Amino acid sequence: MDWMNAVIQGVLLGGLYALFAAGLSLVFGIMRVVNLAHGDFIILAAFLSVVVVGVTGLGPFLSLVIVVPLMGGLGYAVQRGLLARTLDRGVLPPLLVTFGLSVIIQNLLLQIFSADDRRLDAGGISTASIGIAGQLAIGWFPVVVFLAGVLAIAGLQILFTRTALGRAFRATADDQETVRLMGIDNRHTYGLAVAIAFGIVALAGVCLGIRTTFSPDIGPGRLLVAFETVVIGGLGSLWGTLMGGVILGIAHTIGAKLDPAYRELTGHLVFLLVLLARPQGLFAKPVRET
Amino acid sequence: MSLLSVHELTAFYGDFQALFGVTLDVEPGEVVAIIGANGAGKSTFLRSVVGLCASAAKAALFDGRPIGGRPTHEIVTLGIALVPEGRRIFPSLTVEENLLIGGHRARPGPWSLARVYDLFPMLYERRAMSGPALSGGQQQMLAIGRALMANPRLLLLDEVSLGLAPIVVNDVYTRLSTIVGEGTTTLFVEQDVGRALSVCHRVYCFQEGRIALAGSPRDLTRAQIAAAYFGV
Repeated sequence: MDWMNAVIQGVLLGGLYALFAAGLSLVFGIMRVVNLAHGDFIILAAFLSVVVVGVTGLGPFLSLVIVVPLMGGLGYAVQRGLLARTLDRGVLPPLLVTFGLSVIIQNLLLQIFSADDRRLDAGGISTASIGIAGQLAIGWFPVVVFLAGVLAIAGLQILFTRTALGRAFRATADDQETVRLMGIDNRHTYGLAVAIAFGIVALAGVCLGIRTTFSPDIGPGRLLVAFETVVIGGLGSLWGTLMGGVILGIAHTIGAKLDPAYRELTGHLVFLLVLLARPQGLFAKPVRET
Repeated sequence: MSLLSVHELTAFYGDFQALFGVTLDVEPGEVVAIIGANGAGKSTFLRSVVGLCASAAKAALFDGRPIGGRPTHEIVTLGIALVPEGRRIFPSLTVEENLLIGGHRARPGPWSLARVYDLFPMLYERRAMSGPALSGGQQQMLAIGRALMANPRLLLLDEVSLGLAPIVVNDVYTRLSTIVGEGTTTLFVEQDVGRALSVCHRVYCFQEGRIALAGSPRDLTRAQIAAAYFGV
């Protein structure tokens, strides 16, 4: 029964990991850029929520109404003002610039908020649970986060496959020059993609802040989780990202069940096993030759 | 007034100058051909018109408005569509999505998905396939259909016959004559001189970045064209 519980908690945790990973996957999928500051932006969003909650008195969930657009705007500005200048110069410049951003964000947060652990207080929902048979109980909040993860992935999937904007995203990823001949401003399209990614980052940051304590230095750890999630699921597959999150989540909770110290280790081992057996990821679409 | 009026256009690739003061006009309803040897600057000229190559502000007027130096996505929205060399179909998009994205910023006009499918029934049959799954000729028709979806006032075609079997080229040109027959102003680059002359109202022959000869096919002799083409 305890093991069953660990698996269920792991699945639910996978929703949060999918939220971590969706933005990373989106930016990589469209621009082929790995945002090394991704985890730090998640933590930045959590701190933003702390500020919004403090100033307005809203709860953390309602603070999303402000934090999501703020982060989206920040994403657009970071893309147009910074990343766009690095894109046509090989793989290294975007990595260096986002690595620099990571350092800057961590130190800015440390300067403003100190190294103290913080937490977003969402009231009763963070501890309320639904009893299932016997000793099994599922927390309401993990269920909400899992659903948020599923909805975010489903939303991105619909955006990508069913809408004109999604078509423009895919075409821009294919061929930046020809897409301009269609009357599409490729720089604006990239900006919108990063804005959407940062909107999901905001959601991920607030969920993280309600679930656990956080401090300015834990961003890189979230980046690692996001990165492993994307790679396990397979690059370019949104549903794969959700499944990757679930697999990594189960690995973490099972590992923690064996011994709390094994939590991360089990995750890394599963990640390495997937890399060995299926380097393209478990749910990757076949690579198309062009 | 000319629909497209290009005056003393120059173009560079880094230090290499590709065009040396090209002056060219296209009147509404006209079909104008650009011929010339490889490297004469024909493709560069079309790319300059749509802003993919930088040009001076006053070097090109479209419907009287200066378009030189403006971003490509703004220029095409004014009503210019380019069928690029090599077709450049979006591989991640289906055939139908390739057409739809052509109409992303469409002007009002006669062309719609249904009308493009009428002209190219083979695209309708393959609408759910991915772009790269089509044959070269089908991809060329898709690229033309994609350009029409924008309802352009000026259609630019870059080497539509390149790399296609002669019988397929015939097919492509038969359909182009339908498009042109509807009064779509067209400026096209073609290496096949005979085919170019048989379709166009006027022809410009480029040679090493300059216009070596211009006129109506009726008024030009084979010898004149050969001299302008090869520079002998």
